Amino acid sequence: MATIHIDGKTYEVDGSDNLLQACLSLGLDVPYFCWHPSLGSVGSCRQCAVTQYNDENDKRGRLVMSCMAPVQDNMWISVEDEEAKKFRASVVEWLMTNHPHDCPVCEEGGHCHLQDMTVMTGHNKRRYRFTKRTHQNQELGPFVAHEMNRCIACYRCVRYYKDYAGGTDLGVYGAHDNVYFGRVEDGVLESEFSGNLTEVCPTGVFTDKTHSERYNRKWDMQFAPSICHGCSTGCNISPGERYGELRRIENRFNGEVNQYFLCDRGRFGYGYVNRTDRPRQVLLDGQALSIDTAFARLSDRLKARRLVGIGSPRASLESNHALKELVGAENFSTGLTQSEQELLELTLDILQNGPLPTSTLRDVEAHDAVFVLGEDLTQTAPRIALAVRQAAKGKATEIAAGMKIQDWHALAVKNVAQNALYPVFIASTQETRLDDVADTLHAAPADLARFGFAVAHFIDNTAPVVTGLSNEVLAQAQSLALSLLAARRPLLVAGSSLGSRAILEAAANIAKALKNREKAASISLVVPEANSLGLALLGGKPLESVLDLSTADALFVLENDLYRRLDAQRVDEALSKVSTLVVLDHQQTETLKKAQFVLPAATFAEADGTLVSQEGRAQRFFQVFDPTFYKPGDQVRESWRWLHGLSSALKGQAIDWTLLDHATEACAAAVPALAGIRDAAPKASFRIKGLKLAREPLRYSGRTAMRAKINVHEPRIPQDQDTAFAFSMEGYSGTQELRQQIPFAWAPGWNSPSAWNKFQDEVGGHLRAGDPGVRLIEPSGADSHWFSVCAAYQPEAGRFISVPVHHIFGSGEMSALTPVMQSRIPAPYAVVSSEDAERLGLKDGAQVQLRSDTQSLTVTLNLSTQLQPGLIGLPVGISAIPVKAGLVIDAIEECVQ
Amino acid sequence: MTLASFGPINSSARQEQTHPLTWRLRADGEPVWLDEYRQKNGYAAARKALLEMAQADIVQQVKDSGLKGRGGAGFPTGVKWGLMPADDSITTRYLLCNADEMEPNTWKDRMLMEQLPHQLIEGMLISARALKTYRGYIFLRGEYVDAARNLNRAIDEAKAAGLLGKNILGTGFDFELFVHTGAGRYICGEETALINSLEGRRANPRAKPPFPAAAGVWGKPTCVNNVETLNNVPAIVLNGVDWYKSLARPGSEDMGTKLMGFSGKVKTPGIWEVPFGISARELFEDFAGGMRDGYTLKCWQPGGAGTGFLLPEHLEASMYAGGIGKVGTRMGTGLALAVDTSINMVSLLRNMEEFFARESCGWCTPCRDGLPWNVKILRALEKGQGEPGDIELLEHLVRSCGPGKTFCAHAPGAVEPLGSAIKYFRAEFEAGLA
Amino acid sequence: MSPTELIQTDRFVLSETERSAIEHEMHHYEDPRAASIEALKIVQKARGWVPDGAIPAIADILGIPGSDVEGVATFYSQIFRSPVGRHIIRVCDSMTCYIGGHETLLESVQNALGIGLGQTTADGRFTLLPVCCLGNCDKAPALMIDEDTFGNATPEGMAALLEQYP
Repeated sequence: MATIHIDGKTYEVDGSDNLLQACLSLGLDVPYFCWHPSLGSVGSCRQCAVTQYNDENDKRGRLVMSCMAPVQDNMWISVEDEEAKKFRASVVEWLMTNHPHDCPVCEEGGHCHLQDMTVMTGHNKRRYRFTKRTHQNQELGPFVAHEMNRCIACYRCVRYYKDYAGGTDLGVYGAHDNVYFGRVEDGVLESEFSGNLTEVCPTGVFTDKTHSERYNRKWDMQFAPSICHGCSTGCNISPGERYGELRRIENRFNGEVNQYFLCDRGRFGYGYVNRTDRPRQVLLDGQALSIDTAFARLSDRLKARRLVGIGSPRASLESNHALKELVGAENFSTGLTQSEQELLELTLDILQNGPLPTSTLRDVEAHDAVFVLGEDLTQTAPRIALAVRQAAKGKATEIAAGMKIQDWHALAVKNVAQNALYPVFIASTQETRLDDVADTLHAAPADLARFGFAVAHFIDNTAPVVTGLSNEVLAQAQSLALSLLAARRPLLVAGSSLGSRAILEAAANIAKALKNREKAASISLVVPEANSLGLALLGGKPLESVLDLSTADALFVLENDLYRRLDAQRVDEALSKVSTLVVLDHQQTETLKKAQFVLPAATFAEADGTLVSQEGRAQRFFQVFDPTFYKPGDQVRESWRWLHGLSSALKGQAIDWTLLDHATEACAAAVPALAGIRDAAPKASFRIKGLKLAREPLRYSGRTAMRAKINVHEPRIPQDQDTAFAFSMEGYSGTQELRQQIPFAWAPGWNSPSAWNKFQDEVGGHLRAGDPGVRLIEPSGADSHWFSVCAAYQPEAGRFISVPVHHIFGSGEMSALTPVMQSRIPAPYAVVSSEDAERLGLKDGAQVQLRSDTQSLTVTLNLSTQLQPGLIGLPVGISAIPVKAGLVIDAIEECVQ
Repeated sequence: MTLASFGPINSSARQEQTHPLTWRLRADGEPVWLDEYRQKNGYAAARKALLEMAQADIVQQVKDSGLKGRGGAGFPTGVKWGLMPADDSITTRYLLCNADEMEPNTWKDRMLMEQLPHQLIEGMLISARALKTYRGYIFLRGEYVDAARNLNRAIDEAKAAGLLGKNILGTGFDFELFVHTGAGRYICGEETALINSLEGRRANPRAKPPFPAAAGVWGKPTCVNNVETLNNVPAIVLNGVDWYKSLARPGSEDMGTKLMGFSGKVKTPGIWEVPFGISARELFEDFAGGMRDGYTLKCWQPGGAGTGFLLPEHLEASMYAGGIGKVGTRMGTGLALAVDTSINMVSLLRNMEEFFARESCGWCTPCRDGLPWNVKILRALEKGQGEPGDIELLEHLVRSCGPGKTFCAHAPGAVEPLGSAIKYFRAEFEAGLA
Repeated sequence: MSPTELIQTDRFVLSETERSAIEHEMHHYEDPRAASIEALKIVQKARGWVPDGAIPAIADILGIPGSDVEGVATFYSQIFRSPVGRHIIRVCDSMTCYIGGHETLLESVQNALGIGLGQTTADGRFTLLPVCCLGNCDKAPALMIDEDTFGNATPEGMAALLEQYP
């Protein structure tokens, strides 16, 4: 801590900060551009100038750039000094010499950091009378729009894209007042994290192209605190709605989780919510029914019958629990196949009973050695990959610290450390997008596991020894073990994406070995879907065990497309036995098409619920908008509401869950491991100064007119009984009172995402009210056995064993239904080793037919120099067949042209 | 084609004891190659430094001599050397020679490199020994093709003679020297921008601290010295501190000799090695011969585009940092420019500001966006299209691009001549108002 | 980017000489990136300018992103990213040469060649560029044609001077 004096007042601040960060953390308004909490200081924009005095008697002082000035004890500064204020106004005036006066037509308008800073400095009169420089814009792909004329050359974009996210295809070109930020030539931005440019850019150079299609101002959107459903990481998001459509997803700051950044699947993969082909009506054999009629018909059919329910890892805990309650625990399936469920249960076992704590996403960045075993993180949990990249770069900060260079001094850190990295080791089947910061080993899944077992043994020789490894692999395992042991805080990342139990067992051994050697290590296990871990905690039977439906009268399938999990033949056969199939979903899945009863389910945007992320963090997502406001006949409801309603009807009881809290409470009460979910967010009764929390910004416009084309009589706005939020701008939207759940980032004078400053204890730190979510799992260390080493991979002559290949764009079930994603999803393909292809006389790019015992599939053949012979990589969610590990392909034959 | 002469210096009288930088120049302006350089006592200083002196003693001697950087900023060389880490376990260190001479009206380093390449090599060899650097680069601007050729030939000669490379003079000391040619950009002369450029990056300056001595090229301790500075080192080592301190005129706070010059419409424009502390008038009248017939001195600039304009009455000032400081500007490179009365100051400043705006690296706002605004206002004034408030606006821009407000010294250098021109010749600017 | 330029990108191959010169340069530095400017100059020396296809080719040899190579190529004023004439005329525009009559000289060259600064004559013979002080301040105005430096240039003498560069 340090004591500093600002404009005559005395404050205590963090002595390791720069002065800008300290001032902002105190809530003072100091304008800035080039600085960013995650990117540090470079001193280029000169906007954050303040006056520094030698001591209390110095009346003249001198200008310093606060972002470049380390906080010093007993420092005397002034933000309000006239000279500093004049200089800051000059800086904006200079930036405005080339900035177009296009705010009215600029999509950044209304959430533009440049607008805010311009107002803050008081620059409001144009003295510059000459021409402005202009640039040509680039086509950067389907996600990000480019308008270079607006650029103020703060260099944030290129620093984020290259230095932070490891991208290579965005740079800065030219010199003097002709600097250009973009790609070398037009083309799709390659980084999986390109969307963050729209928030990192302080003005409208990079904007969200998916929003352009159906644009509106930030102040005209309705928001709710939500959780990304794109993978198991649990990033916090702030989705915005207008006219019953989701219009944009922005990052929602959570200091323990995603901080400032999302991946492009999470940011741009929301379009499935807006699909016009979504089921929106209750259907009985294709006929629309009223909700009451539907309930009556269903009750008639189902009363006192045996019901079977299939849950889903993409549905909320509340919905899964409601289904379990409806059908009874003995008839409830998780909706996961036997093998999926076993992997998930093993994952949970390692987290609950293993020795190592699971790392928060932010804490991933604080580790100084990372071993990624079997996961291609960029594809399976992208935001974790971005965090691992920061962990690697921690080495630079350490080197700099040794030279007394503060971690925020971004370019100095980079200059002194050059390309120094902490050790990251990735063991995977093929190349990954993190390889540029890692050492790698490529092998078949079983051999990856064996490598992991070997690492465990080298860490702690009481772990089982692996025999039969080559000297080269042994040397790699030993060297990795040594670097994990040499680290202060090693991190082990693994997961189930390759469908390999052995990989998880190897991870468990490594965890135990690290604990035995008393390392302060952590673990992070990636699971397949947004609520996989929640489902594991809730419990249920594997899918196969409930598929004998001969004794069941009705089957309920909750937000789960069975055809993605099992062979079509198997599903068809099972469904043919059931007399009543009720499907709750929000998309036209193959399963839904088979339903007698369709109950239209809400997506995350229309629903409240709780998810448990791979960290074991229970997080609540809240309904963004009420679809019935614009479509009075719309019957979309949360699945838990449908299911509990039915349950009550069948029991002849009144519906006793009228609030989300009731649904959550029922689940928490029924499952001890989920007791903590009650505290994942405030209850519906939460009020600040007697007010609900506003979903809409204060300037939300058009409320009296926006529905006029439906009916000139303005109805009452929807009333949210379920939560503490109001579908209105009326309600609390301030920053002074503590709250964790923040629908949108806004504070007076701060309309851009920089408004998060005002909610944080320290800028870039944590929310003042605490970061949202509750961690449900702490490791007991009770597991004491070693897993034994698995057998080595043996290629089988003439046959290919499948390995799943994951794609950030395409493998996520819902995001893949988003129209804007289509151009980023690879065409169906299979990948085999170059060696095998040569043997079979097949060329890269050939059209081939794959045949297994039950199916055949035509795809494009890709060759890999990394994939082991005898393996065939199949893209998850992209092939027309459910891809699982160990599927046997008997033949690959070239299609006749 | 080579332009061999630099004014009359090759034919002027020069002695070893009084002209340590230039006494070895040939009358015909041809380069002094190794044999001749050795005949003229060349590498004697290197021999002394490597064979007879402790490394710390060399540093101390340079510190005691009072030698200051000759690139324009005048930072004490010994102090800069002293910033290099004492920790001997840091074995990778670099010595960079700043030969990116691009300051308008500055042409001294070109002469030294073209005609006395071995003197620079010797200076670098001694400095490298003192600073424990095993590798050096001469960062040379690309347009200096003759200098590049001559330096490369001299390096080859020195290598062949065991004066560069491994185990120099049998001392076990290794020093490799490379010529690195630039690709254009004035800003490369800023020492940290030069480091970025040498690393193959855009030549944006770096923030200091950390200083290059702590973390320079490739993050290693690095010392950057100007060509002329390094040329001073051999004689200091050979002849000692007392001799060196006796060179400057009494009253000068700066020690030794300096390459100074005068150009513009003077009778004999040129460069001369003169003692610090001579008066500007001496330089102007005795060396440059005063104005050419038909031209009258209107004002003058003491040392490069980034220094302020002075009036004829200021010619009494002494040519050393403090002497020029007293009359309100900096000595800069010491190569003065005479502006005659036929020159319109608005047009001249427009020319200069176009240069500075074009050569901004584009990193910080005042420089990148402020300097082009100056240019546009000056162009308007030049055409008589100035508007009320333009001059006040220029003054505001001059103030707000001043020292401490920008990332490096480029913009402050750009506005210094503009501020002084408005101060002394305001009427010419007012004449541009519509 | 126009289709013809795209074709050029596709077809660009560094010559063996260029490649080995670049690889030789890399050994002079602790980090191959440092050779990027020299690599651009090597290509430019062989081809007069740096074609689009050279950017990824150089990036590939040095193991750095193409955007970094382009960032450097477009920063430095003596790297040409569009075709230039057979001869480059660089006219010194320092204030010393301004006093020495640089603008009159420049105007006469522009009139004689029919091009402005930054432009190339229609016959591809000359490209005209400004350059920072050439360090010929006793002989203002100064200029360079290719690697030759001239001082005391006069509008009248330019025609004969240019004759020497066919």
